[in-house]
Amino acid sequence: MIRRSKKPHPSVWLNLLYVPALVLFVVFILYPFVKGIQVSFTNWDGYSQTFSWIGLDNYRRMLDDPNIGTVIQNTLIYGICSTLFQNIIGLAYALLLDKSIKGRGIVRTIVYLPVIISPLIMGYIWYFFFQLQGGALNDIVQLFGEQPVNFLGDPKWNVWIITFVNTYQYVGIAMVIYMAGLQSISREYYEAAELDGASGWQRFWHITLPLLMPAITVNIVLNLIGGLKLFDVIMALTKGGPGYASQSISTMMYKLYFASQDAGYAVALGNLMFVLISVFSLLALYFLRRREVV
Amino acid sequence: MKGRSNWVYVLLMIWIGAFHILPFYLLFTTSFKPMEDMSSKWALPDTWNLDNFKNAWEQANMGSAFINNLVITAVSVVLVVVLGALASYPLARYRTRLNKWVYNLFVSAMIVPPLTILVPLYKMVADLGGMNTYWAVILLHVTFQLPLAIFLFTGFIQTIPRELEEAAMVDGASRLGLFFRIIFPLLKPITATVMILTGISIWNDYQFSVFFLQSTESQTLTVALSTFFSQYISNVGWVAAGSLLSALPPIVLFLFLQKYFIRGLASGAVKG
Repeated sequence: MIRRSKKPHPSVWLNLLYVPALVLFVVFILYPFVKGIQVSFTNWDGYSQTFSWIGLDNYRRMLDDPNIGTVIQNTLIYGICSTLFQNIIGLAYALLLDKSIKGRGIVRTIVYLPVIISPLIMGYIWYFFFQLQGGALNDIVQLFGEQPVNFLGDPKWNVWIITFVNTYQYVGIAMVIYMAGLQSISREYYEAAELDGASGWQRFWHITLPLLMPAITVNIVLNLIGGLKLFDVIMALTKGGPGYASQSISTMMYKLYFASQDAGYAVALGNLMFVLISVFSLLALYFLRRREVV
Repeated sequence: MKGRSNWVYVLLMIWIGAFHILPFYLLFTTSFKPMEDMSSKWALPDTWNLDNFKNAWEQANMGSAFINNLVITAVSVVLVVVLGALASYPLARYRTRLNKWVYNLFVSAMIVPPLTILVPLYKMVADLGGMNTYWAVILLHVTFQLPLAIFLFTGFIQTIPRELEEAAMVDGASRLGLFFRIIFPLLKPITATVMILTGISIWNDYQFSVFFLQSTESQTLTVALSTFFSQYISNVGWVAAGSLLSALPPIVLFLFLQKYFIRGLASGAVKG
């Protein structure tokens, strides 16, 4: 794709065109990012002008924090399980809605619709579904003569409900990307395989899946990044509660900064989230890219 | 395809459609029911009552929130398109070592979660007097949307044949004139994609808004709704009506621009 310029002297001044974007990037992303690393070594409360250097204490505190295990575990569930569900279901939807059946266009639209809605609003809608008093799901539970269940207040349920809502909202993106991938696979492969007597499953396994690898890579990386930094949906459904039961790193940071004036520790956690996201997305990229057929 | 398997597919599709329309159905029925109506959310309202919409609009200050959302989204989208397209031109055409480095820097910013840098940003914006102002939050939105825009624009420009520009240059066009007269018009499909993706995510933003726009006058829809939600949690009808109102513009836009939207997302993602 990349072609070398045949001209020996490209107009260097044209590089000035990216200077405005670069300035914004340096001022509003790079500088605060570096500043954040610095702040994570202090006990700053987020407001006062004075604070002192405490070295690695915030990071040491992380190791001793009794809640950190739950919070990291939740963050990984939101990240990894949403990614798995979104990809498996998204691929299944794409395969199904790729067939020429009447009405598939409407179903595609319906599946995609949640993508454009604010995750906060999506959270509120599902709150009405899962809430204890008058929740839509508990109406059904009571219909069977059972006591209403406190789905959102129960750690057994709420982490998975949040994962579900995130999956539900963004499965449409995975579906669309898989559909685009499917359409780029030439019919001839399937025709040849059919002549050789390959079964439907064999065709899927040996043709569809390998040729979909680029779409799989994009989907997995996108969903991992989205899931690991999940925030709005958690705020809408449980605010991370009860206690730390459904807290992710991002909601815990928010709480530390706004409710506890614990900015230094909050930023240290933010850096942990950044490391998690970088490691996971780079690992995913590394392993998936190698499996792409060129 | 015919016979039995076809029926299985049709049933599956109906099931999927019903499952995915469900939350919208619940939102819809809830928003038309008065508070006294204790019927199940599954039931349609006896009378289609518009009071919730009126109350939500007035109590949640949604009028000014709508205007805030509109201004912030519109200005940010224009800036993202202009700055993004301009930045991508040299990055796509002059693949010098410096430019590859700059490109990678931009693109890697896509994995920085805004929250991780919000604490230092908060202090910076406060020091600059940017709290509760349009300009601060617009600049933040623009900065965080630029990486995706640059990623999409750069990929697209690389697919435009160079010969087009070379021919124009022989005719004596300047480089910059060339960009505006030849390249920018060709970018239409990807510009539409960038506008839609950026517009939706800024319209729906909660994280930046809740940090930087806390005063009642400067609140955006999501912030107005979230305060409304915690205040009137028992009056689900109001919250549902408010949610429906703020989700309406993107829904309407989507239904009109669906083709562009989906095609753009698909091509941008698969090409990358």
